Amino acid sequence: MTLGHHSVIADGLGKRFGATQALQGFDLAVPEGTVCGLLGPNGAGKTTAVRVLATLLRPDAGRAEVAGHDVAREPAQVRRNIGLTGQQPMVDEILTGRENLVHWGRLFHLSARAAARRADELLEQFGLTDAAHRRAKHYSGGMRRRLDIASSLVLAPRVYFLDEPTTGLDPRNRGEVWHALRNLVAGGTTVLMTTQYLDEADQLADRIVVIDGGRTVAEGTPTQLKNDIGGDRIDVTLRAETDLPAAAALLARGTGAEPEIDAPVRRISAAVRDRVAALTEVVRALDAAGIEVEDIGVRRPTLDEVFLHLTGHPAETRTEEAA
Amino acid sequence: MSTLTAPPPGESLRWTLADSWTIARAELLHWVRNPSLIVSSVAFPVMFVVLFGFVFGSAIMVPGGGDYREFLMPGMFAQAMVNGAAATVAVVAAGRALGVTDRYRSMPVARSAPLIGRSLADMVGSVLDLAVLVVCGLLVGWTTRTGLLPTLAAVGLLLLLRFAMIWVGIFLGQVVSQEAAGLAWAPLFPLTMIANTFVSPEQMPPVLGVIADWNPISATVTATRQLFGNPGVELVGASWPAQHALLLAVLWPVAIVAVFLPLAVHRYRSMSR
Repeated sequence: MTLGHHSVIADGLGKRFGATQALQGFDLAVPEGTVCGLLGPNGAGKTTAVRVLATLLRPDAGRAEVAGHDVAREPAQVRRNIGLTGQQPMVDEILTGRENLVHWGRLFHLSARAAARRADELLEQFGLTDAAHRRAKHYSGGMRRRLDIASSLVLAPRVYFLDEPTTGLDPRNRGEVWHALRNLVAGGTTVLMTTQYLDEADQLADRIVVIDGGRTVAEGTPTQLKNDIGGDRIDVTLRAETDLPAAAALLARGTGAEPEIDAPVRRISAAVRDRVAALTEVVRALDAAGIEVEDIGVRRPTLDEVFLHLTGHPAETRTEEAA
Repeated sequence: MSTLTAPPPGESLRWTLADSWTIARAELLHWVRNPSLIVSSVAFPVMFVVLFGFVFGSAIMVPGGGDYREFLMPGMFAQAMVNGAAATVAVVAAGRALGVTDRYRSMPVARSAPLIGRSLADMVGSVLDLAVLVVCGLLVGWTTRTGLLPTLAAVGLLLLLRFAMIWVGIFLGQVVSQEAAGLAWAPLFPLTMIANTFVSPEQMPPVLGVIADWNPISATVTATRQLFGNPGVELVGASWPAQHALLLAVLWPVAIVAVFLPLAVHRYRSMSR
């Protein structure tokens, strides 16, 4: 491969729509066979970045290579090596699941027989064999999404772009889609996935690129990003709300950090340097003070906290219940 | 995952035709499985036949005399051909909003196939529309009074006008928002009324009369009235466009296609929203 080991490279990409600078100096390098999560709030430039990389938009500045081809100079070669799943599930509701896949197969210039065979393989791979002959109109949200993803993968693309794969899905359907994506990744496809759900990036991505205001603001593995904002946190949930001030004082002394108090759920949280020492110390001190504890634990920071730290504002919060 | 070789370059004529047909066939399946789409597209013109043929028609004078419903039907045929563009605008705009257009554009599909496929499917649809209207016309007393060839020529002119309007629709569908696309009938409707569709332009105020005379729809309507042998065609003392209706009924649609087909293709290829 001409790229060495990167399947997607973006170098200083810029794109402006009227007064809006959607991308400015956007950089990205996705190693072959890995999953990169492109994380950012609404309007951060995620979709614009994907559209430039998928040859749908011409960048105003910078350059990009996908599967070894320049997106501006060799768009036809890029198109032959990519799959794209956009934000809205794009299935033809009047057609059956199998007909949808055969339709795309024909458009990828497979013969009728090859398209039918590939459709059956994909239905099997995405757990849709039982629903193959039902019209997509009757599919659940998760099934539609899986069919949508399957139809982008007819040619087994080298690079697969997924724009917000589970936006608008309930937890159960999200789980189904995640499961399907994990199988895909195990097959070696390079995936660039945008998401505004931090847990989604955490679940699926090898590396995360945080985008805000059209530029890359941070990059690394989920673990690296979490380490960047300083170690672990201790969470203590009390039985009685009246104990909160006393317990907070104990935590401040035990960890040397300013604790955050979440009064409605009677929880106190503080950053710690040495996990075990801090936990031992806090448990002992709370016990000695006779404060009743409902739950206590040491955890890694969530990506929500990472995001707040990197961009100065919180990430989009999900409306439905997080899985 | 099975290994598949990359397909050959998609620009060859063969793939353009094959891909166009694949796309058109999926569209046609929609009509087969959801016949209400056809019903809704012909309900409006059929209603107009009833409304004008039996409600307003008795008050309208046919120039040179003759049966009003026989005069009306060529106008109804042409109006249906033009108004069909509204459906094209809506489908194209919806495809864009749903991401279908993006999917095609990110694939090695022949570049103009989605547009050609759309026009093929809509042409099949308009043949159906026209067939239903012809049956409707025969039921209310319209008939063709000439031979097979002039009749077929008239049908050909109507479909040529529809073909031109499909390309107007494909272009507009790529330019306007999905909300605006739902209103595409609004500018088309007066266009089909300020013509000789329902009354002779001579009965209109001078300015409207001139517009109606030069309206491309009027050319098709007059030409088809001539070819079907229906009343209302007066050549003596008629305006220049009325006297050259046959020529204009070919030239207008060809000119519209010559403008809007390249515009639509260019817009599709350079779409950079």
